[in-house]
Amino acid sequence: MFRRLMRQSLPLSLAATLASAGFAAAETPNAQVDPADWPAVLAEAEGQTVYWNAWGGAENVNAFIDWIGDLAQEQYGVTLEHVKLSDTAEAVSRVLAEKGAGKDAGGAIDLIWINGENFAAMKRQGLLFGPWSEELPNWQLTDPETNAALTADFTVPTSGMESPWGMAQLVFYHDTARLPEPPRSMAALAEWAAENPGRFTYPQPPDFLGSTFLKQALIELTPDPEVLSAPVTEADYEAATAPLWDWLDALTPNLWRQGKAYPQNAQRMIQLMADNEIDIGFEFNPNAASNAIANFQLPESVRSFVLDGGSLGNASFVAIPYNANAKAGAMVIANLLLSPQAQARMASPDELGFGTVLAMEKLSDDDVRLFDEIPVGIATLTPEELGPTLPEPHPSWMEKLEEGWTARYGVAP
Amino acid sequence: MRLSLTRAAPALTLLALLGPVAAGLLGTVAPAFGLLPALGADELSLDPLRALLGWPGLSRAVLLSLFTGLAATALSLALTLLICAGWQGTRPFRALERALSPLLSVPHAAAAFGLAFLIAPSGWIARLIALPLGWHRPPDLLILQDPWGLSLIAGLVVKEMPFLLLMSLAALPALRPGQSLATAQALGYGRVSGWIKTVLPRLYPQICLPVYAVLAYSLSAVDVAMILGPGTPPPLAVQVLKWMNDPDLALRLQAAAGALLLLGLTLAALGLWRFGEAALARLSARWLVAGGRGHAEQFWRALGLALGALCAALVLLGLAGLAVWSLAGLWRFPELLPQGWSLRSWMRYGPDLLSLFARTLLIAAASSAIAMLLTTACLEAEQRHGLRPGTRALWLLYLPLLVPQIAFLPGLQVAGLLTGLDGTLAAVIAAHVVFVLPYAFLSLSDPFRALDPRYAAVAHALGKGASATFWRVRLPLLLRPLLTAAAVSAAVSVGLYLPTLLIGGGRVPTLTTEAVALASGGDRRVIGVTALAQTSAAFLPFALALLIPALVWRNRRGMRHGA
Repeated sequence: MFRRLMRQSLPLSLAATLASAGFAAAETPNAQVDPADWPAVLAEAEGQTVYWNAWGGAENVNAFIDWIGDLAQEQYGVTLEHVKLSDTAEAVSRVLAEKGAGKDAGGAIDLIWINGENFAAMKRQGLLFGPWSEELPNWQLTDPETNAALTADFTVPTSGMESPWGMAQLVFYHDTARLPEPPRSMAALAEWAAENPGRFTYPQPPDFLGSTFLKQALIELTPDPEVLSAPVTEADYEAATAPLWDWLDALTPNLWRQGKAYPQNAQRMIQLMADNEIDIGFEFNPNAASNAIANFQLPESVRSFVLDGGSLGNASFVAIPYNANAKAGAMVIANLLLSPQAQARMASPDELGFGTVLAMEKLSDDDVRLFDEIPVGIATLTPEELGPTLPEPHPSWMEKLEEGWTARYGVAP
Repeated sequence: MRLSLTRAAPALTLLALLGPVAAGLLGTVAPAFGLLPALGADELSLDPLRALLGWPGLSRAVLLSLFTGLAATALSLALTLLICAGWQGTRPFRALERALSPLLSVPHAAAAFGLAFLIAPSGWIARLIALPLGWHRPPDLLILQDPWGLSLIAGLVVKEMPFLLLMSLAALPALRPGQSLATAQALGYGRVSGWIKTVLPRLYPQICLPVYAVLAYSLSAVDVAMILGPGTPPPLAVQVLKWMNDPDLALRLQAAAGALLLLGLTLAALGLWRFGEAALARLSARWLVAGGRGHAEQFWRALGLALGALCAALVLLGLAGLAVWSLAGLWRFPELLPQGWSLRSWMRYGPDLLSLFARTLLIAAASSAIAMLLTTACLEAEQRHGLRPGTRALWLLYLPLLVPQIAFLPGLQVAGLLTGLDGTLAAVIAAHVVFVLPYAFLSLSDPFRALDPRYAAVAHALGKGASATFWRVRLPLLLRPLLTAAAVSAAVSVGLYLPTLLIGGGRVPTLTTEAVALASGGDRRVIGVTALAQTSAAFLPFALALLIPALVWRNRRGMRHGA
């Protein structure tokens, strides 16, 4: 009866669409994927469609993922679909909901672009597939011995549950036309802000970049940086953070809008720079300033700089949810991301400008040449200029810092 | 056959929605009390609520939500009524109507971005001042994100006022305001006070549901609040979203508790509003019949027109600003226009968005068609069988509007997964129906119920049966409200982001999911492209809703506006 009414009142084509709506992903039982047996992985991956959930807010990242997709189709017969997210949390929510509904196979997400905090949470909740990443053939081209960031994400051991694909670092940028000589330490920054009130700000923690700024300041100001690598304890926390809060108390009245409002994220900060509301910005990406210049967001007089004594840095990773539908295909994509061809393209400032995770001494001469030919971005620092990478504090510090910051500055009196 | 169908309509409608709504609510209530098995939380506890109460920004966030929500609703309503009272049935009114209707199709976030670029200290208005004065730096003024949320209120009003105006326009003709006004003015009442004393008391009961919807929306609006609202602390809805998206999964329990509080806050605000209605009715009872003929009439008329025009100007100028941004090369303060122009943003994102146009409109057409069908069937059942008890339960339909989306959806998503439907086009359409139906219902129910029953009585007397009466009398008379409801429904569907992403599992991309993801990069050029693309998609149904009655009734003067 009801159906008949539907038929009568909906156009036929629509009724047909509703009846045969979409497609349900075929669930292939793939609990048996053994990453160590690479030929078997390749065989299984062929013909699979991999849904890679990754932030879609950067055109150059989207274009790079498209390119990887073409390569995967060409070389391995794997179809790559980029599911564009506005926030990685959306993917985490999805896997959580699938687990809640008991959907332990045939999940909608095959691969996630993930960072430290989300990784730690998903790993803790058993939402990830693995171990697999250290079995990838191209893992041999990396050197985890010298690059600790490949096996510890925010000090949480990766345990083969996620595969690195790019190195990022906290890099500051300034407009040389307005500010030729930027301050190069947190102490100098506070002095500069006192002389130039209203011309500096940072994204509001717990935004990832804002919290990174707090950690960078903490590392410079804390009496004993060693304690930061261990889980936070109450006694440590008080002593370690006291200088940071003093410094922030002095800085806050001199911030943009006297610290009564903060930009919500890194993107908003680039806009403030373009609108001449601030004179110094920063981003967790060495190539950010070059990208912004290429996109007409910032003038060509903008340059990057780093603070003395090193900057926080870490790797970007991809992970596979425990219930992914195309695990083999996802591993093939992760391995492709580690290929010299993809890494060299990724490292080019015209593309992403992330640092490569490969170790040059493990590559063939031809492959090394790929990296030698990478052009220099107009506002991108060379690896030498970027200086040393500081290790991330234990994630528990970040949580406490965010809480402490919110209580002090994040809720108006 | 058909008779029993209309009899079953309310039950069918409730069935279609009750499952998702119950699942959605369960997905909020359970975690709020410590139950989230997927996280290994399986013990009833009050910890999430305690954690919520322990958050230092809570009292301020709650006050901010209440203040901005109530103020935005009151201002939108007052402005709508002022415009109707002063100008309804005149030429400027029709011009204003034409200017305001397209505003409805501008997505909230796009309107907020546009407004932000106008009123920021480095925005367009400031640049007009900066150039002649030779400023090189914008002033360090707290205009956006101000602690009282005034910018946020402005951003809500410019979007909600056109909605209420449209709802009023749909309800007005049946009230025959022209006659009442003519009588009042003949008795010496001024235009504004005559309208307020004779038309408003009959109009308000018909638009009160949309007003409640505006209030609920204003309290839980996230995107507008993130762009224009304060951040230290933000309104409660934004904070709930932040907890929801926090990498620390344990915070989801606290987020659910926050969502529950937001639901309580919404209900409290609605209660407060109803109390205000009653108080106002009591206070104005004497005034209505005291015989005051009104004063400062011209001032009120001018004010209404000026503010209405200002709203239209703010949104349209904001949209124009975004259009310029979408074509801009480098564009810095204090330049009024970009240094260089470029089609690059359109070349880059246009094709992607265009390819999703058809699917977006298909989903909008299907979900609004289903919603309209169910709504009309329910209302018709009410007319024919007096199924009041059945329809009284229909207040449940409004739950999706009252429960903050961000907290309602995880539960809905699990429901989708359990039925094995999710990730399909059908599931996305079904999810859209859940969110579209309340709007269809609140747009249509009052005009439908207010239709003079004597029309039907005459039809019956002339020997027409129930269905002929429906098809040949009621439906044509209600053409305008029907189309308005359909347009509002379709526009709501076009704008849905989270339900589409969550229920579609990323496998049913639409214009909006793509637009929101692209715009998250924060480049105003990209935001300009996506905003214009979304606006054009939502504009189509509104254009039709305006065009069709004009064509159909070109020879029926009495069917236009009840002028």
